[in-house]
Amino acid sequence: MAKFNLKINGKQQEVDVDPTTPMLWVLRDHLKLVGTKYGCGIAQCGACTVHLGDNAVRSCQLPVSAVGEQQITTIEGLSENGDHPVQKAWMEEDVYQCGYCQAGQIMNASAFLKSNPNPTDAEIETAMNGNICRCGTYTRIKKAIKTAANSQNA
Amino acid sequence: MTHIKTQYNRRSFIKVSAAAGGGMLIGFSWLNGCKPNTPEPEPGVAVPNEWFEINGYIKIGDTGMVTIYSPNPEIGQNVRTSMPMIVAEELDVPWENVVVEQAPLNTGWYQNQFAGGSLSIRLSWNALRMAGATGKRMLMEAAAKEWGLQVSDLTASEGIIKETNGERTIGYGEIASKAVGIEIPEEVALKEVKDFKLIGTSVKNVDGSKIVRGEPLFGLDFHREGMQLAMIQHPPAFGMKVKDFNEAEIKSMPGVKDAFIVDTSIAEPGGFDEKGFLQLIAIVGESTWQLMQAKKAIKANWEATSELESSDTHLRRLEKALVSGEVQESRKDGNPEAAFKKAAKVIERTYSAPFIAHNTLEPMNFFANVTEDSAELIGPTQTPEALEGSVSKLLGMPLENITVNMTRIGGGFGRRLYVHFGVEAAAISKKIGSPVKLIYSREDDMTQGTYRPTYRSVYKAGLDENNNLIAFTVKGAGLPEGPVFPNRFPAGAVENYSAEKIKAETNVTTGAWRAPRSNFTAGAEQAFLDEVAEAAGKDPIDFRLELFDRAIKDPVGEEHEYEAERYAGVLKLVKEKANWGETKQGVHRGVAAYFCHSTYVAEVFDMVMENGKPIVEKVWCAADCGIVVNKDSAINIIQGGVIDGIGHAMYSQLTFENGAPAQMNFDKYQLIRHSQAPKEIEVFFVENEIDPTGLGEPGLPPAMGALANALYKATGQRHYDQPFVTEKQVIG
Ligand code: FES
Ligand code: FES
Repeated sequence: MAKFNLKINGKQQEVDVDPTTPMLWVLRDHLKLVGTKYGCGIAQCGACTVHLGDNAVRSCQLPVSAVGEQQITTIEGLSENGDHPVQKAWMEEDVYQCGYCQAGQIMNASAFLKSNPNPTDAEIETAMNGNICRCGTYTRIKKAIKTAANSQNA
Repeated sequence: MTHIKTQYNRRSFIKVSAAAGGGMLIGFSWLNGCKPNTPEPEPGVAVPNEWFEINGYIKIGDTGMVTIYSPNPEIGQNVRTSMPMIVAEELDVPWENVVVEQAPLNTGWYQNQFAGGSLSIRLSWNALRMAGATGKRMLMEAAAKEWGLQVSDLTASEGIIKETNGERTIGYGEIASKAVGIEIPEEVALKEVKDFKLIGTSVKNVDGSKIVRGEPLFGLDFHREGMQLAMIQHPPAFGMKVKDFNEAEIKSMPGVKDAFIVDTSIAEPGGFDEKGFLQLIAIVGESTWQLMQAKKAIKANWEATSELESSDTHLRRLEKALVSGEVQESRKDGNPEAAFKKAAKVIERTYSAPFIAHNTLEPMNFFANVTEDSAELIGPTQTPEALEGSVSKLLGMPLENITVNMTRIGGGFGRRLYVHFGVEAAAISKKIGSPVKLIYSREDDMTQGTYRPTYRSVYKAGLDENNNLIAFTVKGAGLPEGPVFPNRFPAGAVENYSAEKIKAETNVTTGAWRAPRSNFTAGAEQAFLDEVAEAAGKDPIDFRLELFDRAIKDPVGEEHEYEAERYAGVLKLVKEKANWGETKQGVHRGVAAYFCHSTYVAEVFDMVMENGKPIVEKVWCAADCGIVVNKDSAINIIQGGVIDGIGHAMYSQLTFENGAPAQMNFDKYQLIRHSQAPKEIEVFFVENEIDPTGLGEPGLPPAMGALANALYKATGQRHYDQPFVTEKQVIG
């Protein structure tokens, strides 16, 4: 066990955990931030996506000991009132079916749009390919990303 | 107006009121923290100070806010929005005033509280309308009494009751307290379909804002103070059983509180008790990661109790079954053998599909709190009533002492019809004497069983010299159940017809997987018909329409399961919408139509080849599911079905070596991804006033056929064996 001081969603949080523990489980079990989801544990599904600084990362592959000073943002901290352009676009397009993958999709899409505010369809597909939606909401996700991009560029 | 008997009586109402008073109906609020009834995002009216229970579906607040209980499990089919819409329509309240809460299992009040067979809306259509209409009637009676008038002197709409010949109005919220004491009417009037205001529109998912904010909604998110976590380890292969394991060593690992073998067998298991393994190693602790580490350290002695089967064993069994297997169901019209002899052309083709896993993105999990005389279960189940029954058997506890609450469910596809993970949670909770949440790892989930069976079917068709289809036969075998529906199309449309559904043995456990049997048969049959149409030199849509014409005008045999007019209807609609017949350079088209779960769907795929890879550019779907309740959400579920159908036909399979699945996670098990999904999917509905059927499943099966047929046009090769990507052809 070891103590870690983490910056999560703009707040300082202390946890006392096994240093190998992936951030996914630190968030879910220790900090009760359960918006970040477990889907595969091996970086294949993207359900656990969070932002490390500005980058989308798979929190199931990020040991707590590797975080250091870097800022972590989870779906709970993406916006104050759920009004990030990507969240708004998701609601506008009514994207979700079961909804389980969507936090990961939104975190991946929001980091992607930051680096590429005006993506082509092909760029969206490549950027989102690591996020599985078992329910098959892919066409809506793509539409929502374009809606969000347009609203940001407007 | 349609009048309908309510079938409610004083007793059922008292039962549900008592349950409500006991905190069951009102109390399930853990998901929303301490503000159980706060509507989101913006309510149309203020939060009430007092709520009045009108009936088991409706609670009205003094401000006019209305809570509607959604009875069925929400697995992504969006019944948590569409079922309350039906209640709200007949109650006649503005949707902005409505908040939705998940009802717990309550067999006294609700019927058919399950998510399966695309049946939620179909089976509850009347009950939901009645609940709304009854509420409206009671409110009107209360107002009539208040004003000294008759109900016939009043009208009610949008949450407001008006006097017909006067000025007085009163809101539902203002009269709700008085409606509570009103006798439940024995008969109520329902709206005419043409008067629907809400049904048929597009209402956004009631959980949308919570989903995008990552609020705790799912079973895996559930937390209760003092609860333990548990994980299980099941044997590595079907046909194996756990004998013992390094218990002392596991117990001494960091974070492990307990480890033991748990026996989850129950007396007289039912259909939903299907599961891979009865005895499991259970590990209990407080952190998932530590439990995962402990799981890795398990050294167990597994003993083989039956044959350890491999994929080639399965193939041999299917081939043998097709020759000499036990026929489970069959049909015969005319004399197919004689017809084949005189046919000008005979085509015979074999189709196959592997075992596949459900792979809901939220792995199996359940919370259980078992005490001496009660059991509380909370989590993702498609069949709460079956779970209650199985837990009752496991614990030897009466049903009344068991409660089941449903969380939002991270995917169902049939997987959560099976209740074993809830039963396992109860068994573990009982053993440790504490509340526990059981969590499956992805690997546990994928290797545990209840798979879609593996199938193999042989289709044969005979054309006469004028290219009329004079004979059609199908023989289909499955491990363990054959995939054939003997009375479905083309039964009734061909003079000489036979169908045989054949079973064979396996110890790999199987279960209902989205659109059971149809999820293979549609693809095989629709691809086969495409080939037959080609041999006949006919357009694939015209060829099918000719067959439906026969089934309409002069049906063969005693009965068939489908309505040929509606079947033909969706084909005609998709033909028109897709501009069928138009050709575009480099664009390859495939079509398929299928009927299952009382719904008709036809699909046209446009495919292009990019760098040797097939890309579905556009899909047109036409569906006939009767009245459409929530339009955009209905479109969503069909789109999902199309993508799911393409994904599984194209990429997914589970293979076996010595009883063990060779794919355990998404690195080896391929699921369809963004770049492989169609670029666009357009959905159209046949407009009619037929009572609604379901949509959770019917969009999927025809996609497999349309995909195979478009692939043929694009690559010049027919695809017979799923997943297509593993066939030797050009794709991939
Ligand atoms: S849980 Fe991290 S990628 Fe799947
Ligand atoms: S909405 Fe269910 S997994 Fe994406």
